[in-house]
Amino acid sequence: MKGKPPPRGRSTLGWWYTATGKARERKMWGTIVGIGGALLFPVVNNVLGLGWEAKSIPITLFIVLALGLNVVVGFAGLLDLGYAAFFAIGAYTMAFLTSTVSPIGFVREGNHVNFFLAMFVSSAVAALFGVLLGAPTLRLRGDYLAIVTLGFGEIVPLVIKNTPEITKGTQGMNPIGYPEIPGLQFAVDPIPWYYLIVAVLMVSVLITARLRTSRVGRAWAAMREDEVAAASMGVNLVTTKLFAFALGASFSGFAGSIWASYLQVIAPEQFDFSVSIFVLCMIILGGLGNIGGVIAGGLLLGFVDRILFDWINGLVHGVGAAIGNQDLAIMDVSRSRQLIFGVALVAMMLLRPEGLFPSATRRAELHAAEEDEGALEQERAILVDVER
Amino acid sequence: MIGITNGAFIALIALGYTLVYGIIELINFAHGDLFMLGTFVCLSTLTLLGFSTEVGTTGTPWFALLLAMLAAMIFCGLLNVLAERIAYRPLRRAPRLAPLISAIGVSFIFVNIGLFWQGPTPRRFPDLLPQYDFMSQLFGFTTLIRFTFKDLFVLALAIPLMLGLAWVIRSTRMGKAMRAVAQDSEMAQQMGIDVNRVIAFTFLLGGVLAGAASLMYGLYNNNTVFTLGFTAGLKAFTAAVLGGIGNVNGAALGGFVLGLLSALTVTYAGGQWENVGVFSLLVIILVFKPTGLLGQETGEKA
Repeated sequence: MKGKPPPRGRSTLGWWYTATGKARERKMWGTIVGIGGALLFPVVNNVLGLGWEAKSIPITLFIVLALGLNVVVGFAGLLDLGYAAFFAIGAYTMAFLTSTVSPIGFVREGNHVNFFLAMFVSSAVAALFGVLLGAPTLRLRGDYLAIVTLGFGEIVPLVIKNTPEITKGTQGMNPIGYPEIPGLQFAVDPIPWYYLIVAVLMVSVLITARLRTSRVGRAWAAMREDEVAAASMGVNLVTTKLFAFALGASFSGFAGSIWASYLQVIAPEQFDFSVSIFVLCMIILGGLGNIGGVIAGGLLLGFVDRILFDWINGLVHGVGAAIGNQDLAIMDVSRSRQLIFGVALVAMMLLRPEGLFPSATRRAELHAAEEDEGALEQERAILVDVER
Repeated sequence: MIGITNGAFIALIALGYTLVYGIIELINFAHGDLFMLGTFVCLSTLTLLGFSTEVGTTGTPWFALLLAMLAAMIFCGLLNVLAERIAYRPLRRAPRLAPLISAIGVSFIFVNIGLFWQGPTPRRFPDLLPQYDFMSQLFGFTTLIRFTFKDLFVLALAIPLMLGLAWVIRSTRMGKAMRAVAQDSEMAQQMGIDVNRVIAFTFLLGGVLAGAASLMYGLYNNNTVFTLGFTAGLKAFTAAVLGGIGNVNGAALGGFVLGLLSALTVTYAGGQWENVGVFSLLVIILVFKPTGLLGQETGEKA
């Protein structure tokens, strides 16, 4: 890994400089439209009277989660099925530090920690757990790792549920501290929340985008493609994997802490397996490893889940009431949520395993498998070039 | 005793995991949910035959039970083959992550079928086996350890099934082909083995065992619910890993060990810690001895 880095743009912030020509232009415009859209969304929402401000918050927050998981799964190629556990750890850390029902006596007596400080502490705690879980398990092969993380993802909510003297069990922890910025009403107004999360989102995008092309990002890609080859090129597999794992966990902890404060009540059921899978669906749908794709996938799934299902529900109920069909009038379409996700996952894998908006690398990788061995070797050679 | 009996159905499900993993190195996520659907098939068959509400009947309708078990076995076997055909076979040459994610999708679909089929609340399973405790009624003990007719029933079904499976793998033509494909599927193909057929057959076997396990589970525990599959699947997978995944004897042994362990957790730490114990065990084994009790080093496959 020593030696001169490949010549790239000198800018420290403009991540689109990693591409050239048309691709670079596209990336630049994508970024501008993305940032503009995110900042102007509340205005558009107001003008059109959509009433989506409360729904936009979970959607944006889950995109932060998806970006974190993308580092683990998309960049480093480690399938993590217990991602919600870190989300829960972040949320409960926030609650412990700021809630009036906190198990920490000092906090309970009214000395709650500042929200922003607690946010970083939460993410650090989540990262710590990521390292604790990752350190012994990362020498496992891919699908074993998936199962260990799955087990961990199950253990965390169960432990939370079974220790009511600390975590209030199924009853949940409430209330949780708000962020305090003079002049902003976090308690009643969703707009400051929205901007807070968008800010976090943008920082996340910046961090992951810069990391992707950095030394460690290239090490991740090398490791994902072929561990043995990467190790023989001098990549330290354990620390590289561990870093991806801890970073992903810290994103999740960050998101969890905000989520706890936004919802004001957290209970173990909010962090079960379906959350991990939902986030995984986002990144697979959008395109593993591609930041723009992940955001698009997250927006799409969030939209379907939070907005479209409501519409369809309303529509079905309306139709049911109109034609006098009791079953239709009370049918809950979101009950088939899982079915739709399941079908979507299978269909994605069969038809377009690289996701809707794939990165060039992954597209090449997944389609290489369909061709014969000779072409595969060629693709590999091209891949190496693309990575540089 | 409850541990060993529970271990028996865990072992049967675990065999389904281990067979599939042994052959195509896929963790079949949907297997637990297949088992759940199997319990529903049993329930529906029994209801159809008119045994839906009985509690502790005197005469056991053996014929109906046999029919229900056959229905569940056929259903689960065919459904598993169908899932393989649609969701896994096209991905045989794709990166490893692809079939795994596809399997998670299939599992979701199964869960939702179960939800639509029998609704979100737990369903009562008719209690058709005689209530008979050998310990107290035959020998006159009243101990904590009970050995009831139900336990006997489960063991009397499960153990022959496992032996049957061992026989199929060891002595039949198909079993030989299975072992060949497991060792090296490309080489097996060169030798004239229809690999796709062998894999489909493996899925069929796994499904059939899950179907048999589902009847035992239903009759033993007298209830079923659509979320059953997830925990059952994870437990069975833990058992398969415990015994050494891909190893058929290991899966059976792992099932019994796990059954005992979870019974011990329930007794000494309380029912709500059962799953924590199981999953912790899973994590611990994978960390310290990923090859399991009977597994051998498979080596890194890049």
